[in-house]
Amino acid sequence: MSDASYPDDLLYHPEHDWARVQDGAATFGITWFAQDALGEVVFFEPPDVGSTVTKDEPYTEVESVKAVSDVIAPLSGEIVEVNNGLAENPETINDEPYGKGWLVKVKLSDPDEVSSLLDAAAYRASLI
Amino acid sequence: MSSASDTALRRTSLYERHAAAGARLVPFSGWEMPVQYTGIRDEHLAVRRDVGVFDVSHMGEVQTCGPQATAFLQHVLSNDVRRIPEGGAQYSVLCREDGGILDDLFTYRLADCDYLTVTNAANHEKDLAWMQERAAEFDVDLIDRAPELAMLAVQGPRARDLVRGLADGRLPPRMHCCQRDVAGVPMLVCGTGYTGEDGVELLLEPEHAPAVWDALANAGATPCGLGARDTLRLEVCFHLYGNDMDERRNPIEAGLGWCCKDETGFVGSATVAAARAAGTPEKLVAFALQGSGIARQGNPIHGGGAVTSGTFSPCLERGIGMAYVPADRAALDTRIEIDVRGTVRPAVIARKPLYQTKGP
Repeated sequence: MSDASYPDDLLYHPEHDWARVQDGAATFGITWFAQDALGEVVFFEPPDVGSTVTKDEPYTEVESVKAVSDVIAPLSGEIVEVNNGLAENPETINDEPYGKGWLVKVKLSDPDEVSSLLDAAAYRASLI
Repeated sequence: MSSASDTALRRTSLYERHAAAGARLVPFSGWEMPVQYTGIRDEHLAVRRDVGVFDVSHMGEVQTCGPQATAFLQHVLSNDVRRIPEGGAQYSVLCREDGGILDDLFTYRLADCDYLTVTNAANHEKDLAWMQERAAEFDVDLIDRAPELAMLAVQGPRARDLVRGLADGRLPPRMHCCQRDVAGVPMLVCGTGYTGEDGVELLLEPEHAPAVWDALANAGATPCGLGARDTLRLEVCFHLYGNDMDERRNPIEAGLGWCCKDETGFVGSATVAAARAAGTPEKLVAFALQGSGIARQGNPIHGGGAVTSGTFSPCLERGIGMAYVPADRAALDTRIEIDVRGTVRPAVIARKPLYQTKGP
């Protein structure tokens, strides 16, 4: 597993999700803290492209050997792409939570929601 | 289960070892126990391929001794206690009069009239009270040994070699026990376990457990948590009390008829014999998911029944579990559909054990 990290170029939701926002769209994933708490991810089934996600609501699940965990949407919008590679290699979520372990890409329906997210320093502080 | 915050959790004598090793500690049956050290899958595979050590000191122990120890245990335990030789071990269940399962237990015969019975942590006080109530008519002494005994399980194909290298004599064969010094510490060494692999379980004074733990780890045993213990036992379809059976289930529907010798007249035997003759509405079966996904405890099954234990099998690399299903749908190879949080997942009823170990 990777070492703890919370990149400065991402925004964070208190439920341990991150968003990389660019031009009215965003990539979502779970944070290092979330994957560490969950343990080795053994199953991820991507949600459907075209489905809508709502900020603060669960939009998919990740599963370790021991438990299943809801993933909360940090922002609202429509899923335009999913990381299909994770079905074969779900442990990528542990190895590269901010890189190849991304979960979905979303076209944002309310870009103003971005202002409610935490920056890396605020998220790190919330973990203490 | 009570929450961690308002209940003082008990700690085993190995707590400092677990904390220092960076184990993830969770509440379990009133104890603060390690669920994993590095990862459930790694620990699981260490036990299947090499050797792992588990702290299972939360388990309880009841010693039964006195002239009528055998008669008393024959009365309360489901199996034929008279058939345990001195230095032998036997699995059984403790039943209510109506056949409801109070606990499942291993009993070791230490001497002619001296037995040690290992209880599940969550049931220990209940078992002890139940046994004490029924002991009045027998010339026996029941002693709660739980506070005086730590328990370590050393399991895996290399477990015996590793422990033998630290012991002052030969280890007991499978389903036997004997007194030995291991790492210089006197203890009861038992040829039993909960993983399907060969190995031993060690019962010793808690104050000596850290030194023995260190000796086992230094000799190459991988520290393993209760997470791997659960996946290991489920692959080989060993029951977990509270999941796969409880007081609402009798041994026949739970698939534990083999450890019930109705002719001994144990408490609950009449109900067990009747259920054996008449059959039960539901039966506990093992299943494997056919595609992706992981079924979990409580997931309902289309047509009736529910999952009692479900996990991801590190060896089979798929979702596996056990479930109660209607008896007419319990045959091997029956296809079932499990409702996993709204998604229908096909599974097939499979032979036990789901994973065939090279075995003890």
